[in-house]
Amino acid sequence: MIARRINLRVNGLMVEAEVEVRVSLADFLRGQLGLTGTHLGCEHGVCGACTLIVDQRPVRSCLMLAVQADGSDVETVESLGTREALSSLQQAFSDHHALQCGFCTPGMLMTLEAYLRDHPSPTREDIRDVLSGNLCRCTGYQGIVDAALQAAQARKAAA
Amino acid sequence: MSTRYFGAPVARIEDPRLLTGGGRYVDDIVLPGMLHAAFLRSPVAHGRIRSIDRSAALALPGIHAVYTMADFAGIAGGPMPPMAPHPLIKTPITCGPLTSDEVRYAGEPIAIVVADNRASAEDALAAIALDIEHLPAAADARTAAAKTAPHVHTGRESNLIATLRATHGKVDAVFAGAAHRFTETFATHRGGCHSMECRGVVASVDGPSGDLTLFTSSQSPYMVRRFLSAYLGRDESEIRVVAPDVGGGFGPKANVYPEEFAVALAAIRCGRPVKWIEDRQEHFLATTQQRDQFWALEVAYDRSGRMLGVRGRCIHDNGAYAPYGLILPTTALASFPGPYALDAFDIAIDVVLTNLVPTSPVRGAGRPNTAFVLERLADGIARRLSIPRAEVRRRSFVRAEQMPYVTGGKMRDGSPVAYDSGDYAGALDLVLDRIDAGGFERRRAEAAQRGRLLGLGLASCVEDTGLGPFEGASVRVTPAGKVIVATGAAGQGQGHATIFAQIAAEALGVAIGDVIVRSGDTSAFPLGLSTIASRIAVTAGSSVAIAALKVRDKAIRFAAQMLEVAEHDLDINDGAVHVVGVSDMKVTLATIARTLSGAAGVALPKGIAPDLAATGYFETSQLAYAYGSQACEVEIDPETGDAKIIRYVVAHDCGRLINPKLVDGQIRGGVVHGIGNALFERMQHDGSGQPLTTTYGDYLLPAAFDMPDIEIHHLQTPSPRNPIGVKGAGEGGTIPAAACVISAIEDALGPSAPPITMHPVSPDNILEWLQTTMT
Amino acid sequence: MKPSAFAYHDPRSSGDLMALLAKLDNAKLLAGGQSLMPMLNLRLVAPDHLIDINRIPELAGIRLSAERVEIGAMTRQADVLASGDLASVAPVFGQALAHVGHLQTRSRGTIGGSCCHLDPAAELPALCALLDTEFDVIGPHGARLVPASDWFRGYLQSALDEREILRAIRWRPWSRGHGHGFHEYARRRGDFAIAGAAALLDFAADRSIRRAAIVAFGVEPAPRRLGRTERALLGRKLDNEALAAAAEEARSLDAMSDLHVSAEYRRHIAGVVTRRALADAGQAAEVTA
Repeated sequence: MIARRINLRVNGLMVEAEVEVRVSLADFLRGQLGLTGTHLGCEHGVCGACTLIVDQRPVRSCLMLAVQADGSDVETVESLGTREALSSLQQAFSDHHALQCGFCTPGMLMTLEAYLRDHPSPTREDIRDVLSGNLCRCTGYQGIVDAALQAAQARKAAA
Repeated sequence: MSTRYFGAPVARIEDPRLLTGGGRYVDDIVLPGMLHAAFLRSPVAHGRIRSIDRSAALALPGIHAVYTMADFAGIAGGPMPPMAPHPLIKTPITCGPLTSDEVRYAGEPIAIVVADNRASAEDALAAIALDIEHLPAAADARTAAAKTAPHVHTGRESNLIATLRATHGKVDAVFAGAAHRFTETFATHRGGCHSMECRGVVASVDGPSGDLTLFTSSQSPYMVRRFLSAYLGRDESEIRVVAPDVGGGFGPKANVYPEEFAVALAAIRCGRPVKWIEDRQEHFLATTQQRDQFWALEVAYDRSGRMLGVRGRCIHDNGAYAPYGLILPTTALASFPGPYALDAFDIAIDVVLTNLVPTSPVRGAGRPNTAFVLERLADGIARRLSIPRAEVRRRSFVRAEQMPYVTGGKMRDGSPVAYDSGDYAGALDLVLDRIDAGGFERRRAEAAQRGRLLGLGLASCVEDTGLGPFEGASVRVTPAGKVIVATGAAGQGQGHATIFAQIAAEALGVAIGDVIVRSGDTSAFPLGLSTIASRIAVTAGSSVAIAALKVRDKAIRFAAQMLEVAEHDLDINDGAVHVVGVSDMKVTLATIARTLSGAAGVALPKGIAPDLAATGYFETSQLAYAYGSQACEVEIDPETGDAKIIRYVVAHDCGRLINPKLVDGQIRGGVVHGIGNALFERMQHDGSGQPLTTTYGDYLLPAAFDMPDIEIHHLQTPSPRNPIGVKGAGEGGTIPAAACVISAIEDALGPSAPPITMHPVSPDNILEWLQTTMT
Repeated sequence: MKPSAFAYHDPRSSGDLMALLAKLDNAKLLAGGQSLMPMLNLRLVAPDHLIDINRIPELAGIRLSAERVEIGAMTRQADVLASGDLASVAPVFGQALAHVGHLQTRSRGTIGGSCCHLDPAAELPALCALLDTEFDVIGPHGARLVPASDWFRGYLQSALDEREILRAIRWRPWSRGHGHGFHEYARRRGDFAIAGAAALLDFAADRSIRRAAIVAFGVEPAPRRLGRTERALLGRKLDNEALAAAAEEARSLDAMSDLHVSAEYRRHIAGVVTRRALADAGQAAEVTA
């Protein structure tokens, strides 16, 4: 087993760990850091369930090795809010029934979180375009689109 | 019941946890000493295993064991028990947890590797030398039934395992006397379920007691317990099965799988907890699918377009085994005649084995297939008579005043199908009105100006829901005033916990935040069946209501005694029983619960038993029939054959809505699944049974950009068949959806295009059909 | 779906990279990872060594001058899309990149990775063919420039030797206001195209075409310039006959067939997208005096 020592920031906290070089960023976060909010749905870069934010960009964490995140700033779904204090995006998801089984949800949230930071006024079509790389089998997507638009509004109001 | 929660679009109690990464799916479960498993699976669709050499694999670092079935001989053996035995299948057709002799589909489990981690386990798989003799495979159900077809099982002379038949009325006479008839063949394909979470199992044995705990991403934890305990020769009380958070089920997770047994056996054998998480490629190979049915039907109709009778045959691809018995083809059969008041029908379904992964219900089960053929036949009648498609329905549907309507069909237990209530033509009229069918020709002309073909589609269905025999629930108030609802009903994202909490909170006058729901755990409630067939809201929901009302009654009896008033002067809300109009004369539920929990030496009030709790079982005596109609507009680019759905309207009656938001979610998700079946999802195999579409690059699921917004109109005809008046809602969105989309495409292509009798359809199909209209 | 084991190297300079390439056998380069990692996870490839080239800063960047546009191979697709400078000299990139994968894949995917992996339906290699880019290649034995006409060696096969890497692509920008068009047809947003086409046109003051470049991709294993049409367009107006001729040449390509689509359908789509891309290029052009 070939391992490397990595240092990275995860949800604002500095982490140092030893990781086998072939371990994906998703498996590292889930397995070694216990951050099980990020999910693996396909492991071949299509379903988007594993999406999180690395160095301010949304990425498929099943397609990144953990060692590649050495020196990076990683944000997972656990960074968005707490059960008692949901972020405006999370609250919008609840308001619009944008999740059912919840398995694709962290990926949806992180994709939208990254997108809304740079795009404050999306249209419905923009949102559907942005979500084209995130599969959901439960909701039919409409609630997620509604939630994203509400969240965009809320962020503008708060700004 | 007051209406504070029941019927309200209450926010889901599951959401805060799931939104913040607090879901606990089977892969999130970590137990001390846990090892990781991977399965060696058959690389061929049909083969005889000559030998397995594990030596190189065992020599790799981190490998604890490589087990075949022989290694479990001291624990258990033999084939998996069938989940749904059927008299037509005299000997169950199942495989073992691991197969050692003849494998019959690519992906069939042969051995299990147990290792420190999944990557190492996969390394070991690559190092196992499997010597397997290829045998001829039957990959197409249409040819598999022929006498000359390769035997799917070498020991079985025929691949035809059963013919199911449903008849009603004087079929020959109806056909002979009908003004018109035509025949048509149909090919329906429904791929796989593709829940975003694959399957997974964690099994562990408690050292001292030997009790087994299984966490499994399953729709049927109680079935897993029942069958596993029998298989192991243990009592059910020694096995706990938990379905934790489950990331979607959609049918296939209701089965009891070889892997569940193999992981349990491995944990018993090696003495450590074992986890196996199905990866997506395995899901394509080894999770049951629905796949193909091929129909040849003749329809009889009169001059006015009334559908009189349907007769014909279906060839049903059952895959290599029948772990789920004949449920899928039985459901397809039982779905006849749909919303149509047929004078006669005679349908036979040949259930055929193939060397492909077994088939079992996927959202809608066989009902979408039946809806498809019936709706295509109805459209075909309209076409031939040049009358509006809606007119055929109006003349042919069961009318509201005919309810309850005995269709002539039979349920899987042989009881007659009788629709309870509903206005099928009303739902269709509603949906056509909402989509502005009247203005459609104008929109079609506008689209033509832009060089696009626009089509309007419609489809309807009836859905049996609330399948029995029962589910159960217990409701208990704690001394702190919390309400614990426990039920066997497992959830996979439908929001069951929320609707049970709504029902209990309503009945007991507590805040929904004070209700805790425990489900999907065999140790939390003694009995449960399965979350399938849109049955849980009806059965478990009703059980929660029954139990909660018993608790309410007990609390009121207690309060009546304690406050020395008549029961009818009492009301219950804000967590207390109080005298109507005298708000400070009350006793809290917490107090009642504390009192009924007992104190040493202190007598309980006279005639009131311990514990502020009750259990209820709702037994289904008759199914509750949901129904609905859908309409959509599809725009076709005649240069590419691309079809885009630009409008979608649903009218749906599932009785009273416990939570309208959740029902809408079920409908939308269901419709999009049906759109996937209409346009995208095809599980392909080659002639030797080798799966060809095993990644999401090749198997296309419906994605956000290409899906329409879906407008929903609810009709609420309360079901008289359960105490809360609900009908199931999980599958009604899917059932007519593919038919609706295909109807629209056919309409867009115009009357000189060939009728569309299959799904999924692709742009090149559409282009080809368009080209025939131009010649 | 976990990869088989490999040794991992992350050189910090081109020099270190060259040294590794010189000595390691059975090595694969890890650029954006959006194509390679799925293959590793599916165990379709099992290299002994993975050379991660994401930490060599000189390999990324967009550099413009009047005479030359250069894009470093490790430039992220998202950055190519976001570059206003690039958009002003080569607006076809923006049109194409909207179809390249998804938001998440563009965060990591690189232009170089795409141009070396060479999926037949990839948009960026097609643009390279369209623009006649030079491929700046380096290896342990030195550097060389490969013209686009020589880059595409077959299905998933570039002109790179085993130990070489692509450092950058470069081309001479088209004149200001040139017409540009891009179309592809895919089943769903972000899917690999069944067929696509891009076109660049430069018009004289009288609306006759003085320069034309048209590429069809996703049709044959490599992107194909429609040379016959390009030559025929010179000195002509862009009229329906010209559009029809372009579509016909696209339809004459030796189209691939696969699990989903027949060669016949693919040829037909090639014709459709070519016509549309060319028509758009005509619309987009600003005629210079």
